[in-house]
Amino acid sequence: MKTSHNPVDFSQFPDTNGHFGRYGGRFVAETLMEALHELNAAWQDCRNDPDFLAELDADLAHYVGRPSPLYHAERWSRQLGGAQIYLKREDLNHTGAHKINNTVGQALLAKRMGKTRLIAETGAGQHGVASATVAARLGLECVVYMGAEDIRRQALNVYRMQMLGATVEAVTSGSRTLKDALNEALRDWVANVDNTFYMIGTVAGPHPYPLMVREFQAVIGREAREQMLSEHGSLPDALVACVGGGSNAIGLFYPFLNDAEVAIYGVEAAGAGIDTGRHAATLCAGQSGVLHGNRTYLLSDEHGQIIETHSISAGLDYPGVGPEHAWLKDIGRAQYVAVTDSEALQGFHDLTRGEGIIPALESSHALAYVKKLAPTLRPDQSIVVNLSGRGDKDIHTVAALEGIQL
Amino acid sequence: MNRISLRFQELRRAGRKALIPYITAGDPRPELTVPTLHALVQAGADLIELGVPFSDPVADGPIIQKACERALAQGMTLRRVLDLVREFRQTDTQTPLILMGYLNPIERMGHQEFVAAARDAGVDGVLTVDLPAEEAAELVELLEVADIAPIFLLAPTSSTERIRRTARLARGYLYYVSLKGVTGSAALDVATVVDKLATIRAYTDLPLGVGFGIKDPTTAAAVAQVADAVVVGSALVAKMGELADEPERMRQEVTAQIAAMRQAMDQSRTPTATLAD
Repeated sequence: MKTSHNPVDFSQFPDTNGHFGRYGGRFVAETLMEALHELNAAWQDCRNDPDFLAELDADLAHYVGRPSPLYHAERWSRQLGGAQIYLKREDLNHTGAHKINNTVGQALLAKRMGKTRLIAETGAGQHGVASATVAARLGLECVVYMGAEDIRRQALNVYRMQMLGATVEAVTSGSRTLKDALNEALRDWVANVDNTFYMIGTVAGPHPYPLMVREFQAVIGREAREQMLSEHGSLPDALVACVGGGSNAIGLFYPFLNDAEVAIYGVEAAGAGIDTGRHAATLCAGQSGVLHGNRTYLLSDEHGQIIETHSISAGLDYPGVGPEHAWLKDIGRAQYVAVTDSEALQGFHDLTRGEGIIPALESSHALAYVKKLAPTLRPDQSIVVNLSGRGDKDIHTVAALEGIQL
Repeated sequence: MNRISLRFQELRRAGRKALIPYITAGDPRPELTVPTLHALVQAGADLIELGVPFSDPVADGPIIQKACERALAQGMTLRRVLDLVREFRQTDTQTPLILMGYLNPIERMGHQEFVAAARDAGVDGVLTVDLPAEEAAELVELLEVADIAPIFLLAPTSSTERIRRTARLARGYLYYVSLKGVTGSAALDVATVVDKLATIRAYTDLPLGVGFGIKDPTTAAAVAQVADAVVVGSALVAKMGELADEPERMRQEVTAQIAAMRQAMDQSRTPTATLAD
């Protein structure tokens, strides 16, 4: 349902050079510019090609397991005593998170472009696993860059990637986390641009990545919108999703942007608390800047140096954010909030005990905000929250935090 | 007239090619930067690229990454780099200085404030690695008003359309990145450089510099046969990192490195070597 008083038609963004207002664009070294133009041209050919889309739909149905259910969390809704809560179950996808929606799509594109080598960066390891998975399926070489600190935190996912045949390259520069893995993947791409396809895992990076990844992830919101209309009879009153780079969030939000009556909340990682400086709440506490190929909000010091972030969840531990989120914040279409490590941990336990679903620590940030939001709404109102991943990968982290030796 | 254009005019009249060393400001220690700049000039540098350290130098290899980390660990900032330029200018008003770095520190200072401060400090050119021509209009306009040359990169992958677009915005000289890769990568192949430079010359009268992968006097001399300027960075920065604790030896060896390149370039001069015009 489009509303006539909405002045912005969100389907018109980004512009042809990837700008969302003043954000986005292509800020990369010259060597990569042709590669980005080549990628964009290939992507523009594919996005409206019925054969490509049919192949993608078949993969999403039979390999990923789509559509994912929209689950009415009745018990948790009653416990919170407010709005009805619906969980978009991206945790049930193959490989356990929304990341596979994007890698299946990018891998099809890589195959069409004749690239024989896939590279990817990863934080929590979910995108790395999703990349290694599609590479194994297509028989392509795969190199995943991962910060040495994240390798330590996510040993299980490292082993999964290796079993799938990927090479995991430990990145020891800078803060040894996701941003440094992205730097290293970009350096690899510059040197191997002829045969290599860079699969970026989020809606950040130079154009066309924010647009392309959004289109691959928007299946989440398209399904959720149809499911709400058919199962619940109306659009939701609010959407909630966690935001690191922001791909699961844009995937849910984008198909609802023109529905002005749907409130939209992106939830960032406040870590130990925004006032402690140990957080990853880029939109809540950052400023505009340029990193990793796009202009967006960043966490940097007063001299423009990128600062180290902190979050309990490796997947949110990133000092930037997708440019479309930066724009949605500035124009007021979405609101961005932050929850702390301990609030997220509580959300993790609440859903586990309340519904028998163990969520990823990333998704637990969204759940923690739902806990605050739901009681402010009436029981006839509804919230769709993106349960972007399952929590099996985080069991060791949670146990360690609680002093339990497994 | 901008010092960069003047310097290339002088060189052209003398039939010589420019040698452009790169060092990272504040590396290995902030107090060594200005003395090193003077030493480079004495050893035969015609222009100097002064790196502004950044936390996430995506286009740089490990040598310059580590130089950035060393400089940042000692509190180097864009403002302090400009202070170093000002200090250099107290005794050297001739040698063109080009700031080379990434966009975010400039964004954070504000484009207008940065350009004004750079002009006051005595900066002659600004090369922003992650600012391709498509996104550069706003900064270029401010730089032009301040008579600071916007320097742009071209790469082996640059199409003729991109060469044309970039050449239109560029002033001072164009910097051809001689290989696909980050700074400090494997040695370049002179033969492939020759072809690309010929293509680029069809679109511009600006002097053409070549860098990335020039490690020794022999390569420098070979590149000087076909380009107007030779840029050497990682080889120098590696030496500076190695000798961080021996400043006097560092000065001697860096000076010797540049002097050897200078000598090799000047000896290999041939009357047929063409310049921009």
